[in-house]
Amino acid sequence: MTTLMQLQHVNYQVDDKKILTDINLTIPAGSHYTLTGPSGSGKSTLLRIMAAMISKTSGDLIFDDQPLESYDPIMYRRQVSYCFQQPTLFGATVADNLAFPYQIRKQTMDTDHVVEALEYVGLSAETLTQKIEALSGGERQRVALIRNILFLPKMLLLDEVTAGLDEANKQIVHEWLRHLNVDRHVTTVMITHDTTEIAAADQLLQVTAGQLEVLK
Amino acid sequence: MNLVVNNTSLFLAAMLVLVALGISLWQKLGLDKDIIVGVVRAIIQLFVVGYLLKYIFRVNNLWLTLAMMLFIVFNAAWNAQKRGPGIAHALPISFLAIFISTGVTLSVLVFAGAIKFIPSQMIPISGMIASNSMVAIGLAYRSLNSQFHDQRQGVLERLALGASVMDASIAIVKEAIRTGMAPTIDSAKTVGLVSLPGMMSGLIFAGVDPVRAIKYQIMVTFMLLSATSLGAIIACYLAYKNFYNAQKQLK
Repeated sequence: MTTLMQLQHVNYQVDDKKILTDINLTIPAGSHYTLTGPSGSGKSTLLRIMAAMISKTSGDLIFDDQPLESYDPIMYRRQVSYCFQQPTLFGATVADNLAFPYQIRKQTMDTDHVVEALEYVGLSAETLTQKIEALSGGERQRVALIRNILFLPKMLLLDEVTAGLDEANKQIVHEWLRHLNVDRHVTTVMITHDTTEIAAADQLLQVTAGQLEVLK
Repeated sequence: MNLVVNNTSLFLAAMLVLVALGISLWQKLGLDKDIIVGVVRAIIQLFVVGYLLKYIFRVNNLWLTLAMMLFIVFNAAWNAQKRGPGIAHALPISFLAIFISTGVTLSVLVFAGAIKFIPSQMIPISGMIASNSMVAIGLAYRSLNSQFHDQRQGVLERLALGASVMDASIAIVKEAIRTGMAPTIDSAKTVGLVSLPGMMSGLIFAGVDPVRAIKYQIMVTFMLLSATSLGAIIACYLAYKNFYNAQKQLK
């Protein structure tokens, strides 16, 4: 398998406080990693560095054989898409959110494609016109996730996206992520505290006090 | 002219300051020192400006007039940038925004023949335009600061989806421009009904026919709409980028 992303001696610190220390990781294209560790250990920070939402203090991040610094951050984030733990939906309706990825690419929304994505995660076409206040937590999370994949990224970074979801919603998201990873070849890295998700992981990483360990 | 203010009447009118001082002391507002400083500053500043303007109007020199206008624009920019703590380069941005908004508005008025390029018209009108542009920019800065703080998560999510800093900020920028322009639009709606504004009041006070005075006020309404919209839009579009670093990350 070809390597999609490589982190070499990555450090991150805020003022004098070290958050991440000497992170080394190679992520092959098409793989699915599960990332766990205690709260405050630096998991989200690591994902945000990978997503170019914050900048590492030192070390190298290579994506698709090119150093991170050689990419325009905007174009990079379209390939390495970061999903937040508690996403905010913007605008008034679901359509406002799902049209956004098209707007930033100066395209009009492909409604068929959007409806197909909605239906894949168990939401109907009517959801498009729904007000965002009317959505349940599970529906919000699914809409937010669809925002990230309408234009398929090479890598999807998921920050505890199933936390707070009921079992039925978790199941929908799991199946959808498997589909993206297996059928659409999207490389995924998912942070979780969920024991079932951790037990089911094929490739498991753990961050403890800013240090990364490969468990599986 | 019906203007009868003399030094004695001004001195007696100063009793009104005692009303404000009395209220501050009685209600323990702690404003007595500020009131005294404010009054003393106002008296000194206005006397200096009065004599300065008298001199400038008398010599009627192009460069002196332009220098005075530039001084007004700089002071307006200085005050506007105070409303944007944390916004990098707020002073040069404010200066540019007020300079352009004042310059464009004045040019239109001069070319339209509404005012003449003489110090007694250019300087007061510059002051009116620059001060309104200053208020609009100050409000817009406050709005930018509070929105980038309150809507931080929304901006981060847009960036994570691959939005440019413009696309991630456009809703905030538009709202800030709206906030900056709102007082001018509101006062345009209520002019004559709620307040008789400065220009019109001044002319009526000086004995000018009210029907003639309103024509000047209509001109002022037009110019303030232009000045505040230009000032707010230029300042906001230049300032929002400072909320991001070179890696297009939200600071």
